[in-house]
Amino acid sequence: MRSIYRTLRADRALARDIALVCVADAVVGLSFGAIAVGEGLPVWAPMLLSVVVFAGAAQFMFVGLVASGGNPVAAVLAGLLVNVRHVVFGFTVGDVVGRGWQRLAGSHVMVDESVAFALAQPAGQRRRAAYWGCGVALFVCWNVGVLAGASIGTVVSDPAALGLDAAFPAVLLALVLPALRDRTTALAAGTGVAIALATAPFLQAGLPVLLALAGVVVALARPGSTSRPEEVTA
Amino acid sequence: MTMSETTLVAAVLVLGVGTFAFRYAGPALRDRVTLPPRVERLLGVSTVVLLAALVATATMLDGGEFDSVARPAGVVVGAVLAWRRAPFVVVVLAAAGTAAVLRLLGLP
Repeated sequence: MRSIYRTLRADRALARDIALVCVADAVVGLSFGAIAVGEGLPVWAPMLLSVVVFAGAAQFMFVGLVASGGNPVAAVLAGLLVNVRHVVFGFTVGDVVGRGWQRLAGSHVMVDESVAFALAQPAGQRRRAAYWGCGVALFVCWNVGVLAGASIGTVVSDPAALGLDAAFPAVLLALVLPALRDRTTALAAGTGVAIALATAPFLQAGLPVLLALAGVVVALARPGSTSRPEEVTA
Repeated sequence: MTMSETTLVAAVLVLGVGTFAFRYAGPALRDRVTLPPRVERLLGVSTVVLLAALVATATMLDGGEFDSVARPAGVVVGAVLAWRRAPFVVVVLAAAGTAAVLRLLGLP
């Protein structure tokens, strides 16, 4: 753990980028807490969700369904569907998650942002530092934001007014862009994006993103495309 | 909200345990099987594809509807800056700032 701290101290740019994402997510957490309580959930509910689930999209989905009187089983299944993508993430960042007890914590801080930050770094110590630094910092900021929003309400009732709904996709995009400079990866991602956008208006949230994986078939079909693994390290 | 507090706690915990299982599966399974480089590479591509699809859906839709002009415009500004290798902070602030200003001007 100390080496992660040292790496982040030495890499000021990385630490600053992570801090920016933390601030943005804390504000979204603030509004999540306030919205959940505003919709009639008890104050502890958004806090418990944020600690044990720690996945923004699934939490919003769950609260929306529960608050509108939905069946709890349906709310859980909808949240799980949104979170299935983590199985694939886990295979990709598994080398930096750690072992034993560390793996329990390391798995729990696996979120879109920590995975994207890890992918944007070269394998090894820097990737480990980016993953853990982002994951742990986000866990703290997200929960502090939700705690504040749920207990004292918020002046930021609508993060969209600050453009924060555009910040989340921009963060992920900036981090995956280097990988998209590889042509096979770009082709697979482009196909996946087309599939996701075409199906999103008709399907349960979470499914369109999973269907996007069919884009990987394109990567498979391209002759010789999988024989040069060094291409994806950009 | 109509469900009891006990039901709500149980639902949150089940969602938490299920999500944790998804997160734990990858690192745990990786230990037991040695994946050929080809499969490793495909999994790396899969993660990028998932993140790209998340970017696209989070940009274009909210709750299954194409609802906004300001948000996609902000993300496009961010994307152009990122493609031109602008610093991360600039990309994110420009995306948020563009969306915020367009909303201030009355666009959805």
